[in-house]
Amino acid sequence: MSKSQNDVVITGIGIVTCQGVGTEPHIALLSAERAPEARIETEKFKPYPIHPMPEIDWSTQIPKRGDQRQMENWQRLGVFTAGLALDDAGLKEDLEACGTMDMIVSCGGGERDINVDSLIVEEGLKRNDREQLLNEKLTTELRPTLFLAQLSNLMAGNISIVHKVTGSSRTFMGEEAAGISAVETAFARIRAGQSTHTLVGGAFVADRRDVILLYEAVRYHATGEWTPIWSRDPEEGGGIVTGSAGAFLVLESREHAEARGARIYATIEEIGGDRGRRDEGRLEGRLDALVDGALRQTDATVIFSGASGGHEITAREKTWLDNRFSDVPVRGYGSVTGHALESQFPLGLALAALTLSSGAKVPAFEPGKEKPMSGPADTAVVTTVGHVRGEGVAVLKAEK
Amino acid sequence: MSKAAYRDHLGRPIVAVTGMGVITSLGRGLADNWAALSGGRSGIHGITRFPVEGLSTRIAGTVDFVELPAENPVERSYYYARETTDEALAQAGLSGDFAGPLFLAAPPIEPEWSARFALADRAPPSQQPGDAYDRFMAVLRERPDPALHEAWLFGSISERLADRYGTRGLPVTLSTACASGATAIQLGVEAIRQGRTDRALTVGTDGSVTAEALIRFSLLSALSTQNDPPQRASKPFTKDRDGFVIAEGAATLVLESLESAVARGARVLGIMKGCGEKADHFHRTRSSPDGGPAIATIRAALADAGISEEGIGYINAHGTSTPENDKMEYLSMSTVFGEGLSKIPVSSNKSMIGHTLTAAGAIEAVFSIQTMLTGTLPPTINYTNPDPTIVLDVVPNVKREQQVDAVLSNSFGFGGQNASLVMTREPA
Repeated sequence: MSKSQNDVVITGIGIVTCQGVGTEPHIALLSAERAPEARIETEKFKPYPIHPMPEIDWSTQIPKRGDQRQMENWQRLGVFTAGLALDDAGLKEDLEACGTMDMIVSCGGGERDINVDSLIVEEGLKRNDREQLLNEKLTTELRPTLFLAQLSNLMAGNISIVHKVTGSSRTFMGEEAAGISAVETAFARIRAGQSTHTLVGGAFVADRRDVILLYEAVRYHATGEWTPIWSRDPEEGGGIVTGSAGAFLVLESREHAEARGARIYATIEEIGGDRGRRDEGRLEGRLDALVDGALRQTDATVIFSGASGGHEITAREKTWLDNRFSDVPVRGYGSVTGHALESQFPLGLALAALTLSSGAKVPAFEPGKEKPMSGPADTAVVTTVGHVRGEGVAVLKAEK
Repeated sequence: MSKAAYRDHLGRPIVAVTGMGVITSLGRGLADNWAALSGGRSGIHGITRFPVEGLSTRIAGTVDFVELPAENPVERSYYYARETTDEALAQAGLSGDFAGPLFLAAPPIEPEWSARFALADRAPPSQQPGDAYDRFMAVLRERPDPALHEAWLFGSISERLADRYGTRGLPVTLSTACASGATAIQLGVEAIRQGRTDRALTVGTDGSVTAEALIRFSLLSALSTQNDPPQRASKPFTKDRDGFVIAEGAATLVLESLESAVARGARVLGIMKGCGEKADHFHRTRSSPDGGPAIATIRAALADAGISEEGIGYINAHGTSTPENDKMEYLSMSTVFGEGLSKIPVSSNKSMIGHTLTAAGAIEAVFSIQTMLTGTLPPTINYTNPDPTIVLDVVPNVKREQQVDAVLSNSFGFGGQNASLVMTREPA
């Protein structure tokens, strides 16, 4: 691919997973001899294993205690990770750059106050006038600021407040597809000259009972002992192990990045998303079409699959990958990070970009199921297949 | 027309509006809504959907005249969006697969209390305080509930709309708080300008008035507490304004490149000429006291539209009737338009329909286009005690027949969200 001024390049990566904070531990795990040890919390939410948040010193990215207090962990993780991305791009504290920077956040809603909710349902069991009870309890028990900590667009709002990113602010919702659309939209805007630099990404907190409940409503969460993504036991729950993660990227036009002498991790060559019925091979047909559209001149040398672990859908993705890319090493990053819903796709792009720029030979995350890499990758494909709907594919090229 | 006639001042495809649909507390469909709105009628009323005893706010602009398969915000928001999209596509003369992207502004939705109570009824007894969710999970492990799961997913409304209308690609479900409807339109305009599509379906919907939503806004002191009479509670730009009135509704706009609209012989209702946005970093719920971001937003919309301040003939204000918004909006308008503001009528649809939150930007865009189409300015009702520090021609209380060629519509929201749209009658 020849370089062009409106190429969309990745110049900043903020990443937090159970494996650690920032690019350093993630480059280390991508470059290691073997897959990292799984970081799993098995006790706290028993029988559900999750990948927990790592230890985070919030004050390194959210210096004001007052700001920290206005948020719960979900928003904190997003604001923190966005700060890492800005730092990494060399744009933190650059008021001019942040003041014109566009922002697209992909996320869900905020956490519940589980104690208040528990109190209300418990009381509700004893009373017939439940609606009246709700009015009484919500009026007296809800913290006014909790509402703001629950509002989807307040992750972006807090990023504006804490990091002064104010060119624009948009929040996309809707599970995995939100993360795909966020990056796709940022990409299309930069390509078309509608934006020069955009902060895009999201955060997801698995350490929450209300989040696990979402999956358990259809029995999608794995139970019992943790196993890697391609080997989840159909007898042990639904296969998804959620993982707390934040992933933000600073995307720029090549022209904008080069003018300020920014380090370029990788170029996003193409990106696309789609949805629809999945029966009778339709899912595989759409994935083929997305890859056909995205992979033009070169072959993939590594694939980062965001497979959720959900039994049926993950098995289908694996079969499709094996057929379509029989010689290409696949890395199911859910084995290492868990499934991060709205953040899953940006997370895959972050891992792919770090791999391309560091020249890492990524170890198999599940030896036996994933082929070894013969050398550094030149082209990375990132997939995310939503646990219920929505699919996305991105192709990243190494910067040379 | 020559090819150049389809391009704007920056050489981008001009974006036309070819279909509109709307539902609010005033009624179903554009004709009924417009008759009520231009007649100065209020849709605000006492809440009957849930008990309001003991609540400081007991009024809303809910849509109470629809039959739903289930009572929850997802069903409501979907129903409203479907109604307005059916209407908009019919007006646009489009049937079959829409074959363009869908941008949906929808409220962030959380599980219903009725669902929590129902789970609690089936759950094992509490072992310790704060264990409700563990008990819910125990219930669902025994008997999964796909309908419940679907109702908790943020993507479920756009999924149903995408299926029904055959939109293309991944639908975007977005929230920029009270600017969401305008942002949906902006995303549609951008997609057409990118050349990715000839048309886009843009929808704003909000059916999320529940006890908890009301109480949450109430705890932030955002709502009017002047419950009696309900129709008088929303009084933007007056001295005694005391908060917004929460409301519901939806609107759909079919956006199309002018070239494609003309080519298929569609009626062009108006032009979506420019969009502007600028985020605020001052505070989570309050705007910068100097109005800086709102000023920048309006200026960005004018610049994007290629229209000077003098070119704007009417402003469809955000005008929420909160002490803070109306003051800040006036400051920003007077900064941008200066002396010229005295000659620009500015009215607030919210004086009649309340604040439809996620849907507001889209609903008010539809009414802005309709203002130009009919040559009628809808009034700001309840304007009996003007705020002396806000000197505006608010089209007080009674509609005015006046032809306008360009309209500015503002939307500002919690979380530092600001978006403005500029619409015109004619392409050039």
